[in-house]
Amino acid sequence: MSRLARSLVRHIDPAVAIAFGCIAALLFLGSLYSTSFVSPAFLLQQLKVASFLGVIATGAMIVILLGQIDLSVPWVVAVGGMMSTAVASWWGPVGGIIAIPFGILCGVALGLVSGFGVAYLRIPSMIVTLAVNAVAQGLMVVHTGGFSPQDASSQAMRFLATGNSLLGIPNALLVWGVVGAAATFLLSRTTFGRAVYGIGNSERAVYLSGVKLQRVVLLAFALSGGLSAFGGVLLAGYASKAAQGMGDAYLLPSIAAVVLGGTSILGGRGNYLGTVAGVILITLLQSILSVMQIEESGRQIIYGVVIILMLLLYGREGLVH
Amino acid sequence: MNEWRYRIGEHRQTLLAFIVFLLMFVIYVSNHPAGFNANVVTTAANKGVLLALVAMAQTIVVLTAGIDLSVGMVFILTNCLASWIVVGSLGMTALGVIGVLLTGSLCGALNGLIVIYGRLQPIVTTIATGAIYFGLALALRPVPGGDVNSTLADSLTGQLPGGIPASLVALFIVVLVIWVPFRRSEIGRAVYAAGSSEIAAYMSGVPIRRAKLVAYSLSGLLASMGGLFLTFITYSGEASAANGGTYTLYSIAAVVLGGVSLFGGAGSAIGAIFGALMFRTIGDLLFVFDLEPLWQPLFQGIVLLVAVSLGSVRLFRIRNRLDLFG
Repeated sequence: MSRLARSLVRHIDPAVAIAFGCIAALLFLGSLYSTSFVSPAFLLQQLKVASFLGVIATGAMIVILLGQIDLSVPWVVAVGGMMSTAVASWWGPVGGIIAIPFGILCGVALGLVSGFGVAYLRIPSMIVTLAVNAVAQGLMVVHTGGFSPQDASSQAMRFLATGNSLLGIPNALLVWGVVGAAATFLLSRTTFGRAVYGIGNSERAVYLSGVKLQRVVLLAFALSGGLSAFGGVLLAGYASKAAQGMGDAYLLPSIAAVVLGGTSILGGRGNYLGTVAGVILITLLQSILSVMQIEESGRQIIYGVVIILMLLLYGREGLVH
Repeated sequence: MNEWRYRIGEHRQTLLAFIVFLLMFVIYVSNHPAGFNANVVTTAANKGVLLALVAMAQTIVVLTAGIDLSVGMVFILTNCLASWIVVGSLGMTALGVIGVLLTGSLCGALNGLIVIYGRLQPIVTTIATGAIYFGLALALRPVPGGDVNSTLADSLTGQLPGGIPASLVALFIVVLVIWVPFRRSEIGRAVYAAGSSEIAAYMSGVPIRRAKLVAYSLSGLLASMGGLFLTFITYSGEASAANGGTYTLYSIAAVVLGGVSLFGGAGSAIGAIFGALMFRTIGDLLFVFDLEPLWQPLFQGIVLLVAVSLGSVRLFRIRNRLDLFG
C-alpha cells in the first residue's frame, strides 16, 4: 500500500498538483463568498463552459509540446463556427449532420497549411500561424460579406453543445472527455506521441533516430487546427450561431491554460492532466470574477496577476549558467 | 572597399526591406487616383508611422531572442492615458507627454523584470501582463472618449512647409535619438550578443540582465510613443482589445518583413520600420486597384503568407540536412 502511494507521489507532477490545489483554493474562496459555488449544478455548468476551452487547449497543447505555438486559434475557431453553420443552412437536414465534420475539416485544412510552413519550409511557427490567421480572417470576411453571419447552427451542433445525456452530464463535457482521452492515448501510448515529446526536447536527436519528423509536425498542426475548429463548432452550437470575433477570447486563455498546467512553453515536457487542471482553473477564475461583479477592467488585471503569480510559483526556468 | 562590402552585407536585410517598400510605394502612388501629392503621402505616412513605432518596440525585444505580446496593449494603455493627461496649457501638455512616455517605459520595465528575475518565458509573461495593461486601459476609458491638445496633435500629424509629412520627420528624430545611440552603445551590443547566444555572452562577461532590462524598457517607451501618436490621430482614447491584438500581431509581421530574425541577435529597427511601411502599403494597394474592399484582408493575409514563405529560400543553401533541425 505504502509502495503504491509512494509510486503515485513520484508520478504526480508538482505543477499539476499545485494547479489542482489552486482550483481547490479558488472553490474555497468562492464558497466563502457564496455557498452556491460548490453546488453540483454550478460545478457542472462550469465544466460545461470549460469544455469549449478544453477542446481548443488540447490542440494548443500538442503544438506547444513540439516547442511551437499556434497563433491562428482566433480565426480557425471562427472558421469552424461559420463554415459549419453555413453548411447547416445550405443543405437542410443533410447539412445538419455533415456540418460538424465539415467545420472540423476546414480547420484541419488550415492547420495543414501552418504545418507545411513549419515542417517543410522551416518558417517559425509564430509567424506562419499568424499569416494563416490573417488568411482565415480574410476568407471569412469574404464569406460573410463583412456582416455578422446569419446562419443558425444545426440541431446536431446544439445537441452536442447544450444538451444533457446520461445522469444529466452535459454533452459538451462528454465531448471534452472523449477528446481528452484520445489526446492522452495519442500522447502517451503511440509512436506519434513519443515523437512529439522527442521533437520538443531535441529535433536533431529525433531526426537522427529516423523518425519522419516533418510528417509528425504536419500532423500535429493539422490536429491543432481541427480541434480549434471543433471548438468553434461547439461554440456556434452553444450560442446557436457563429460570430465574427468568436475566437478572439480563446487564444490567450488556451495558451495560459496549457502553461498553467505545467507544460513547458519550450516544448517536450507536460502531461494532459495538467492541461485539464489549467483549463478548469482559468474557467473558474473567469467565472468567479464575473460572479463577484468585478468590472471587466478589474477582472483583466486580476486575471493577469494571478497567471504571473502562479507561474512564479512553479513555472520558472533554471538559471542558464 | 572591403569594408563597404562588409557594411552592405550587415545591412542587406534592411536594404532589401527598403527596396521592396519603395517599389510597392511607387506602384501605390502612381496608381492612386489623386496622384502623388502631399495629402496622399501624409495620410499614408501617419498610418505607417503608427505601426512603425510599435514595430520598433517589438524589434528591440525580439533582438534579445524574446517576444513581446503585450506591445499592443501598452500601445492601447498609453493611448487611453494620453487622452486624459495630454491636454491644457503648454506646460500641462508637456508634463502629460512625459507622464505617458514614463508609463510606457514602466510597463516595458515590468515585463523585463518578470522575464529576467522571475525567469518566466517572455511569451507567457507578456500574455499575462498584456491582460493587466488592457485592464488598466479599460479602467481609464470604459467608453471611448477624451481629448488631446489639438495644436500639438495637428502639428505632428500635418505637413511641414514643402509638404513633408511631420510624422515622418518625428519618426526620423525618434530613430536618431533612440535607435542610433542604442545600437552604437555598449548596452546595444550586449542586447545583440545576448540575443544571438546567451551562454556565450554570459561567458564573455556581457551584462545580460542590464541589457535585457534596457531592451524591454525601451520597447515600452517606443510603444507609448505609438500610443501617443494614435491619440494625436484620433483625438481620443479607446480601450479596444481588438486593436491591441491587431497591433501586436501586425508588429510581429512588420518585424519579420523587415528582416529581423525571430531567433534574436540579427536585424535592425530601421528594417522593421520599412517592414511596417511595407505592410501598410500592402493593405492600401488594393484600394488603388479598385478591388472590392471586402477582399482586402484576404489579400493582405495571402501576401503575408507568401512573403514569409519566401524566407525559406535559405533552405536551398543548406548542405547538410541536419542543419534543418537546429
